[in-house]
Amino acid sequence: MSDEAIRIGVFICHCGTNIGGVLDIPELTEYTKTLPNVVYSAANLYTCSEVGLSEIRENIKEHNLNRVIVASCSPRTHEPLFRSTCQEAGLNPYLFEMVNIRDQDSWVHMKEPEKGTEKAKDLIRMGVYKAALLESLEKMQVSVIPSAIVIGGGIAGMNAALNLANQNFKVSLIEKDSELGGLLRYLNKVYPTNEDASNLLETRNLVENHKKIDVYKSAVIEKIEGYVGNFKVIILQNKKIIEIEAGAIIVATGAKALSPEGYYNYNGKNIISQLELEGLLKENSINTNNITMIQCVGCRNEERKYCSNICCMTALKNAILLKEQNPDANVTIIFRDLQTQGVAYEEYYRRAREMGILFINYLPEKPPIIKKDHIEVYNEFMNQGIGVPYDLLVLSMPLIANEDSEQLAKMLKVPLEENNFFLEAHVKLRPVDFATDGIFVCGSAHWPADISESISQSNAAASRASTIISKEMLEVEGSTAEINTDLCVGCEACIKICPYSAISRDEETDTVVVNKVVCKGCGVCGASCPQNAITIHHFTSDQITAEIVTYGGG
Amino acid sequence: MVFEPKILGFLCNWCSYAGADLAGVSRIQYPTNVRVIRVMCSGRVDPVFIAEAFMNGIDGVLVLGCHLGDCHYISGNYEAELKMKMLSKTLSMISFSDRVRLDWVSAAEGNRFAQIVRDFTEHIRKLGPSPVKNKKIKKEIIDNLNAVKFALCDTRLRALVARQRELTTEGNVYGEIIPTEEFEEILDNAIENEIIRHKIIEKIKKEGKSVPDIAKEIEVEPHKVLHHIVTLRARGLVDVDQINEEIPTFKSIKEV
Repeated sequence: MSDEAIRIGVFICHCGTNIGGVLDIPELTEYTKTLPNVVYSAANLYTCSEVGLSEIRENIKEHNLNRVIVASCSPRTHEPLFRSTCQEAGLNPYLFEMVNIRDQDSWVHMKEPEKGTEKAKDLIRMGVYKAALLESLEKMQVSVIPSAIVIGGGIAGMNAALNLANQNFKVSLIEKDSELGGLLRYLNKVYPTNEDASNLLETRNLVENHKKIDVYKSAVIEKIEGYVGNFKVIILQNKKIIEIEAGAIIVATGAKALSPEGYYNYNGKNIISQLELEGLLKENSINTNNITMIQCVGCRNEERKYCSNICCMTALKNAILLKEQNPDANVTIIFRDLQTQGVAYEEYYRRAREMGILFINYLPEKPPIIKKDHIEVYNEFMNQGIGVPYDLLVLSMPLIANEDSEQLAKMLKVPLEENNFFLEAHVKLRPVDFATDGIFVCGSAHWPADISESISQSNAAASRASTIISKEMLEVEGSTAEINTDLCVGCEACIKICPYSAISRDEETDTVVVNKVVCKGCGVCGASCPQNAITIHHFTSDQITAEIVTYGGG
Repeated sequence: MVFEPKILGFLCNWCSYAGADLAGVSRIQYPTNVRVIRVMCSGRVDPVFIAEAFMNGIDGVLVLGCHLGDCHYISGNYEAELKMKMLSKTLSMISFSDRVRLDWVSAAEGNRFAQIVRDFTEHIRKLGPSPVKNKKIKKEIIDNLNAVKFALCDTRLRALVARQRELTTEGNVYGEIIPTEEFEEILDNAIENEIIRHKIIEKIKKEGKSVPDIAKEIEVEPHKVLHHIVTLRARGLVDVDQINEEIPTFKSIKEV
């Protein structure tokens, strides 16, 4: 290709009257013929119509074109179509260039046709200069291992594993504990149905007996390698090193409750945490009359700014259970803001009120004060303290990120947010994806989630993972970064700057290399490289400079 | 005749280019002065491109990316911001920083895109044509832009900017976090040094000159000039030309 003379064909689209009604298309066509390397230039009524596309195909053959430019609408919508047309005619799709003379010209300069035409000339000329420097690129095909790894065997992880296994994918479930179930094991009943948590724990049997699921308990992750379609996780189980391969990874490592030590005179006896109350309720060993709960302990403060999402409902649930057991008991919830949004939750709250559970608001700047036999709560409306007697004080502690999430995030090369929960790719549009392809997140690893949320998210993550592992091959974009090892001095600035961890030092060759499967072609490394040693294919410095120079000088 | 500024726009594929397309779809009219180069991410825009644009007579350059936090490539626009800050510092030394603007446009902000183009076109119109087009001073301006380009290509300066986020947030290899203010000072010094070094090279391209002579010509203190000469010698760009009565003269030995 390099020795071959460059032969550019330019197809200028009228787009009906959209472009043709504003810009002078005949003039543009004639002008284009004067540009270097252009051997063919013609106008179409609609280049994207079948007639227009076959003209591209025919002229590639007839004029032996090795670069094609379409001047029409936006590459964001039509580049794929024209690229595949080029490919059909035997031309590498990356030898196609698109010039936007509609969305960014005729449509926005409708009252200035002459100036618009001059702008189109510049844009086409810039396209021609870039096209001359375009190179053939290949899309890479990567094989996919048709199995998944789920990290964490709580309700989210177990459910994700089941979901995939029921789709007939092989799943490896890795759990650091000696048994599955996560936090669910410590729960008494679950809201809003007040169903026994042990019923939900039945999932454990389904998981452990599933032919398609390998469960690794008491397993520690040592190393994670690879990329989308081809991950390798090395775990240590019973002093044995086990290597597991998979096409996708789901992170479902959950969270843990903040320790109540040091909050509101916690003593583990008559001042306990909500999680400890669950245990007592399970054993049915509560026989006190005055039970008071305090919400938002250790969170929504300077140190931990977030709302833990599940504590209001948990407190309501346990208050209702206590009241059901002993209708004469005084159950009080001292809260900051009660959050009960969600299906059936508001109803649940109303029921609690009807049962006679007392709700008292407190201000963060005037937290409740624990006295020997009562709690003093400042009431804003009465502008004075109220005494609430208690035999049992229950502290609602937030869920916090596991200590090892930082280590896991490093191994997976995915980010954490400020509270050390895993950070998704996009809060709204990609809620269970990581920016890194092939890795997904669900449940409380991402943010404190209740059981129904965990299950929805785990189904979402499993379905996202199946979009990868259901394919035999993945096609990867050809326009990526490439490091010229002759120029590279190994400063590794690009390794740090790459948002996808696509660049690493190859230990064997001792050079810095780009993993083309992981690279997204954003080009940030290329613009940053101190040695100018990185080529960003399809947006090379030479190509961009050629566009700049011809615009400036033209 | 009214001056029609030549404006170049670098637009990222995912947000600002889409915003510009939306302006089209919504038929929002704006001045015809801007020509767009599409890049995948605003972080792709190498500051050298912009120096190149000015050397080629372009009057103003817009760099538009996704809003901070919305980058399709997670952190690309933060890198773009650091690069443009460095570029702006460099260009301000030759009074060109007014001619480049970095801004954010989302895919839903067709109106905002059009408004930015209107404002920037007016801004450049007021500034007048690029001094590169003024034949009387063209050589001097091109020399200045060459000095800027020399600085922007400098390995040390590029390495500093490439590592800026790492150094100011995570720390260096010893775990020391460099406060942003201190970092800016280091950056300012590095830029100034590179510009002076380029000036020195320009003065000793054709004939060897002594340190005091160079110092007089570029109006920099002799001991600083000597310091720069030592650095440039180490980089293999300058060497001793001859020694007259114990005073050495230096000459540039490599095309930069």
